Amino acid sequence: MSELFDFSFLHRPHHERSHHDHPGSDPRRHHDPQPAGGNNTGGKGSREIQVARRVLDANEEMARRNRQIFSDHGIFVLNMMSSPGSGKTTTLEKTLVRLMPEIRTAVIVGDICTTHDADRLAGSGAPVVQVNTDAFGGDCHLSAQMIEKAAAGIHLNSLDLLIVENIGNLVCPAEFDIGEDARVVVLSVTEGEDKPAKYPLMFRECDAALLNKIDLLPYLDYDRQAAVDFIHQVHPGMPVFEISAKTEEGLDAWIEWLTAAIRRKRSG
Amino acid sequence: MHEMGIAMQIAEIAVASIPEELQHSRVKRVNLKVGKLSAVVTDSLRFCFEVVTRETPLEGAVLAVEEIPVTARCKDCRHEWTIDSPVFSCSRCSSGAVELLSGRELDIESIEIAEEDG
Repeated sequence: MSELFDFSFLHRPHHERSHHDHPGSDPRRHHDPQPAGGNNTGGKGSREIQVARRVLDANEEMARRNRQIFSDHGIFVLNMMSSPGSGKTTTLEKTLVRLMPEIRTAVIVGDICTTHDADRLAGSGAPVVQVNTDAFGGDCHLSAQMIEKAAAGIHLNSLDLLIVENIGNLVCPAEFDIGEDARVVVLSVTEGEDKPAKYPLMFRECDAALLNKIDLLPYLDYDRQAAVDFIHQVHPGMPVFEISAKTEEGLDAWIEWLTAAIRRKRSG
Repeated sequence: MHEMGIAMQIAEIAVASIPEELQHSRVKRVNLKVGKLSAVVTDSLRFCFEVVTRETPLEGAVLAVEEIPVTARCKDCRHEWTIDSPVFSCSRCSSGAVELLSGRELDIESIEIAEEDG
């Protein structure tokens, strides 16, 4: 364990800690821990100290900073999430072909290991930064801090759109704000129709869903209406784009939605 | 799946919340609120917390988790209710304009520190 994680911060006394250790995570900036009035709710011989902090507030603070930096540069940030194997990278490849060069786009690709996705996307001409999370113990999501580091390798001045291809996972990425303007989830018709009901947080948190691989529908017992209904149970009114990244069917409506969102941000 | 990272954040915040004069005291309990819509598995979180707090002032502390139900308010008819299945439209008027009131919590409420005798 200790080889994977650095727990040293836990062993250091409070007063030796500084803002430089973990930007934005110093509890004294927002909430001074105060002894509770009653003092004894924890039982005999204990003192309760009110903390009242969000566990992820360090990430949330970093996400706010990212959002400000991207906004200052007029960049729209899209967080693309999905289950593994839903066709996110192919969808992204085809999306880049249609957006570039009019909409100057860069991509941050998250994977636990390998650079395969980044290699595929580099063919589009868009700058691609690969983030591997294995250095953090194989993390299941991208955090705001990883995005900040990755964005440092991108020329923000000549950019309209930053797409973050998150780790393939329908659970954890939904919990972590990275400073994005919009979130989309990609799922495919080779998965169960009820995925939205099984992963409600992801489908609640997203602004649009792409239902991919519809070219396979003739070969499957897949009820696409049931899938759309499940999405709308969890997130009533969310736009659902039925697409095939392979044949490019349905991509126009998705591109139109995305470019309209980018235009809205630009016009303030 | 990210319970280890969450446990580390909890431990970091808890250690940083120990007042100066109690630096050498033992933390007996960390009180946490976890919304049912949070992507956190409580048992897994407890296990990770135990691992990351070894040989720290938090060693042996109980991670007390209060589960918070998912509650919502309809923006159209103002009805408030508890959501216990993944259906997020109004239970009274079926409107989809729903505002979540609770269920996303992942908050450290307080820590309880053992006081030295005398």
